Amino acid sequence: MLDARLRTDMYAWMSLTRAFDDQMVAMWKSGRGLGGTFSQRGHEAISVGVGMAMGPDDVATPMHRDLGTYLVRGMTPERIFGNLLGRATGPSQGRDANLHGLGDLSLGIIGFISHIPQALPTALGVAMTFRHRLEPRVAVTFIGDGGTTAGAFHEVLNMAAVWAAPLVVVVENNQYAYSTPLNQQMASADIVAKAEAHGVLGTRVDGNDVEAVYLAARDSIERARAGGGPVLIQADTMRMLGHAIHDGAEYVPEGLLADWEQRDPLRLTRNRLVEQRTATPEALDSLDRAAASRIQQAVAAAEAAPFPDGDSLTDGVYA
Amino acid sequence: MTGNNFGFTDAPASSGREITYLEAIAESIAHEMERDPNVLVLGEDVGGDFGGAFKVTKGLAARFGDDRVLNTPIAELSFTGMATGMALMGLRPIVEMQFADFISTAFDSIVQFAASTHYRWGGRVPWVVRAPSDGGIRSGPYHSQNPEAWFVHTPGLKVVAPATPADAKGLLAAAVRDDNPVIYFEAKPLYRSIRGHVPDGEHVVPLGEASIRRTGADLTIITYGSMVHESMAAAGALESDGIGATVVDLRTLKPLDTDTILDAAAATGKVIVVHAANRLAGVGAEVAALIAEHAFESLDGPVVRLGGADTPVPFSPPLEDAYRPNAARIESAARRLAEW
Ligand SMILES: Cc1ncc(C[n+]2csc(CCOP(=O)(O)OP(=O)(O)O)c2C)c(N)n1
Ligand SMILES: [Mg+2]
Repeated sequence: MLDARLRTDMYAWMSLTRAFDDQMVAMWKSGRGLGGTFSQRGHEAISVGVGMAMGPDDVATPMHRDLGTYLVRGMTPERIFGNLLGRATGPSQGRDANLHGLGDLSLGIIGFISHIPQALPTALGVAMTFRHRLEPRVAVTFIGDGGTTAGAFHEVLNMAAVWAAPLVVVVENNQYAYSTPLNQQMASADIVAKAEAHGVLGTRVDGNDVEAVYLAARDSIERARAGGGPVLIQADTMRMLGHAIHDGAEYVPEGLLADWEQRDPLRLTRNRLVEQRTATPEALDSLDRAAASRIQQAVAAAEAAPFPDGDSLTDGVYA
Repeated sequence: MTGNNFGFTDAPASSGREITYLEAIAESIAHEMERDPNVLVLGEDVGGDFGGAFKVTKGLAARFGDDRVLNTPIAELSFTGMATGMALMGLRPIVEMQFADFISTAFDSIVQFAASTHYRWGGRVPWVVRAPSDGGIRSGPYHSQNPEAWFVHTPGLKVVAPATPADAKGLLAAAVRDDNPVIYFEAKPLYRSIRGHVPDGEHVVPLGEASIRRTGADLTIITYGSMVHESMAAAGALESDGIGATVVDLRTLKPLDTDTILDAAAATGKVIVVHAANRLAGVGAEVAALIAEHAFESLDGPVVRLGGADTPVPFSPPLEDAYRPNAARIESAARRLAEW
């Protein structure tokens, strides 16, 4: 069994991710946001589990539901809220929107590329650089189920396998790409089989079980690091709110959400920690309270931060 | 307010009803599907009850069936290429890009294959790609672009950019019926913000014809898309100070209506070209060059261009406001030019 401290930490990071999301959703629904944003609800175990399995020198290319990965890798909630609110204090200094543009190479993070699935070839380039330099580092990239239907998905798996690139591809299968359910996107939802057809090792994991995600990611990353070639992890979960903040997701059957709600990643982890006497409910409550107040503090700081100056418009176009 | 058409409709107020720009697009698609069984719609999330990211295609699947309102996976390169194959076989697909920004993922199939097929061997590619473009609505670099210049630069394509509900309907109808690939740039900020009279039933605005939105003697503003509205507002403000401005709405960016452009330039001798797309090597550069080449004798001042900055479209309000032309900037550029 995994170390008790590590397992409680997983809960703490998920709690912080959830607190951030709850706050963000409430703010955007009440008009306190700027532009649009994407809820993270349902994806916490994946973004946190993979984030925690990565080494400090590994590099991630997260997608728009990987808040947990940013937090685990050390991007502060102040900076992320700063980005969401268009402030000069966000990593993009007001240039990029919502969960786009949260890049910081000092944290091993490449900012989200909107065009699906262009993060994949970029991550392959990162992995090939590590291979070229004989560095024991791994590139970890995240895409949705929708990302697997674009051609670049197959091109990248093919190349990664040919060159045994130290690349881990995490497919966050949340049953929908915007309004389009899985069965309208692909005739076979066996994404592992598609990876294997390209010579990439595939593994499937319960995306709401943070420990299972962590173990799958850890093993995949270590295999890739040791020169064993690329791995694809299919992590199944459910997008619990709309595609983006404006989307009421009326197209999702209520029963489906109710079923997945039973398996909420935070509740699942909490119950397990309590049942196995790894942590008391009180201790977990206190982690939740700490997360909520951490987020309040971040929002206050972000809202007090300045907007970028309009005169700085052309700064940063070139390096 | 002098000049005509500030209500932004080419239809007399008596004909048709007032509907939004978005409703006009939706109405035109339905009308074309009704008229011609070869017309079909495809794109991400366009089907079912959902009807697309902006709900332009809402209700079409129920009315025309799932086979004519095809929900695609995220695969622009291939579903646009598929539309080319369909078009070569005689269908007339209307392809929806979820955002104009994502059209770049289909670039190859558009510029290398669809655009050149007729020239290379005579195959006709009568599709329309609808591209929801433009910013000003705090959507950041990946959801605010105006990439029309890429396509205006491509031989074999036609490019339109309606500014009014009536033109949105009429130009889409013309685009669907045209035997060439047409990129139809619809301006997101206009979707629900403007209404205008739109004729019921059949309404076609021919491709390649600009529209004079108002006339004034002192200078000419040549523009299209959302900037037509900013230019009209600027012209109204200028008029109260005795500066008369003509506003030309290009409507079609390829082929350009060179006669209307040159006549309007010659009539006032002073010209400002405005678009929301970045200025550098934009459509405005072509318009300015045309005027410099063919109306040089009539000019009383430099041709002035206003456009987006040479940066990605930024998200934060102070940056995006600095990026985009607006009525106030058009007005002050016009005042400087008027004094020339
Ligand atoms: C090339 C491209 N086309 C369209 C879009 C618009 N878009 C943004 S997210 C999305 C759905 C993504 O679904 P999925 O990959 O399953 O990720 P999820 O949002 O479900 O987490 C779409 C169509 C895009 N970002 N890129
Ligand atoms: Mg999905």
